[in-house]
Amino acid sequence: MPSSPTPVIDLSQVTKIYGHGEGEVRALRGIDLRINAGEFVAVMGPSGSGKSTCMNILGCLDTPSGGAYKFLGVPVGNMSADQRALLRRNYLGFVFQGFNLLSRTTALENVELPLVYRHVPKEERHALARKALQEVGLSGRETHVPSQLSGGQQQRVAIARAIVTQPQVLFADEPTGNLDTATSVEIMKLLTSLNEQRGITIAMVTHEPDIAGWTRRIVRFRDGHIESDQANEPVREH
Amino acid sequence: MFGNAIILALREIRRNVLRSTLTILGIVIGVGAVITMVTIGEGATAQVQADIQKLGSNLLQVFRGQGFGGGGGSRQAAPPFSMDDVEAIKNEISGVRTATPTIGTGTQAIYGNSNWATQVQGTDDQYISVRDWPLASGRNFSESELRAGAAVCILGATVQRELFGSEDPLGANIRLNKLSCQVIGTLSSKGQSGFGQDQDDLVVVPLRTIQRRVVGNSDVSSIMVSARDGVSTEKVQADIESLMRERRKIRPGADPDFNVRDLKEISSAMTQTTRVLTTLLAAVAAVSLLVGGVGIMNIMLVSVTERTREIGTRLAVGAMARDVLLQFLIEAVTLAAFGGIIGIALGLTAGALATHAFNVPFVLNVGIVMLSFGFSAAVGIIFGYFPARRAAQLDPIEALRHE
Repeated sequence: MPSSPTPVIDLSQVTKIYGHGEGEVRALRGIDLRINAGEFVAVMGPSGSGKSTCMNILGCLDTPSGGAYKFLGVPVGNMSADQRALLRRNYLGFVFQGFNLLSRTTALENVELPLVYRHVPKEERHALARKALQEVGLSGRETHVPSQLSGGQQQRVAIARAIVTQPQVLFADEPTGNLDTATSVEIMKLLTSLNEQRGITIAMVTHEPDIAGWTRRIVRFRDGHIESDQANEPVREH
Repeated sequence: MFGNAIILALREIRRNVLRSTLTILGIVIGVGAVITMVTIGEGATAQVQADIQKLGSNLLQVFRGQGFGGGGGSRQAAPPFSMDDVEAIKNEISGVRTATPTIGTGTQAIYGNSNWATQVQGTDDQYISVRDWPLASGRNFSESELRAGAAVCILGATVQRELFGSEDPLGANIRLNKLSCQVIGTLSSKGQSGFGQDQDDLVVVPLRTIQRRVVGNSDVSSIMVSARDGVSTEKVQADIESLMRERRKIRPGADPDFNVRDLKEISSAMTQTTRVLTTLLAAVAAVSLLVGGVGIMNIMLVSVTERTREIGTRLAVGAMARDVLLQFLIEAVTLAAFGGIIGIALGLTAGALATHAFNVPFVLNVGIVMLSFGFSAAVGIIFGYFPARRAAQLDPIEALRHE
């Protein structure tokens, strides 16, 4: 596995504690995790294991209570909400279980959304969004609104929205959780090709071993610790 | 940053046409009501001013008694004026252009089979000049007719219409009760006064004619005075008061048994009244504008809750708190401004129809139009801020999890 001088993500002894005193919940109890550029990592674990908390911190949606988080070598653990928003805007892409597309809004406008916040001019915005939709295989669906698209197509739009900004890391939270098996396979193929062809680093939370099997590395959480961290030989055509 | 927020806000409004329409309804009605009320009020004010103008310019009236507030008793007790008083006012006060005596009484005007209850006004040849009231046909009283108290008359437009229809009245003889007199002229139409009276419903005869043949004395009940152009009517009013006090031998400090009324005072009093009414109506309408603002806040708050997940998504893809704040604020302001524009259009239309129906002039008050627009935009900012801040303060993780 090629290893770059600075990892994209570098967590050392990261803790996360919710609440105070008696009601205190220690969601993360000292996590060390490095993810290098170009990796495709699955994060697994039962609910309550801390995997979602960890992903929220990795995605800069949340801040750690202790320890250090360096993104591309830069400490980001104590950044303000606005600074984290800028980080997400410029370096990160998100794909959610529930797609989270804006309803009654065309596929093209949905994909354009992050570019609007990046102040990309209109023409360029249209061109980039069209290209991203083409990459996920949705050419010709630009003017469709989410209710006119199947679940798989909606997730493709969401993936297009996540990659349209050329992010350093794509975070996927149960991306196939709402999809049937055949559609899940299609989405996993798409993510694999984005990882292999475009070299996008992907961190994906899932609780399905089949889905995790598509990745090259599987990190398992239990009770706020990393239980195991293993390389994986990704499955190919099913 | 503004450009983006405007794009996003407009997309949002377009996404929810029905909700947006319902949201702005309150503002539309509020602004529409304000504009309509003010337009009607301004029209009424203009009408009152025009009506007062119709009575004659620079016109003062001298009455017996103690004026508006004085009881009928004191007016009866006060001695009448005489023709000498009229001459004194004309000759001794420099600011007076001319003065004319009047004495009026109700009468029945009869011509052929036509019969019309009207007012007969005894006066002299200065009357039409003082009242600024040109003749439509015929001629004014002659010197000799006035001296002799001749049986001649000039008809107001209403009396002419009622008695003669389209027939030419000049030279015809009509009867006023028992007095038979010849029509020598007709007055042009002056229309209704500001008090709703038909000013054209009268017959004018020489003063001496009415004194001798109708009332049987030589009294003058009131005097109409026309001030010279450029002379202040207040000065003339004061001069007339001191002259009449002297002539009527009223001790200094005692209440006079007459009063001099400047029509401008009545005019400004009536204008004042309509202004107050306009303000009152506009204030009531403004309350509905405020209610419209509360409506916007209501819908925006519901919309923030309903769109929590969407806000979470926006935050995840890189929106800052202030991007979200600005988007919701601009949504509210844009909605309110749209409402304002539609309300202004509706209000002006309703105002134009109403002024047409009430027969008053349509006055476009640009100030109130601008004010309503500004006010509705302000309502958008004030009532949009709270929901917008609530949206901006959402925690992205919580928002993304929201169902």
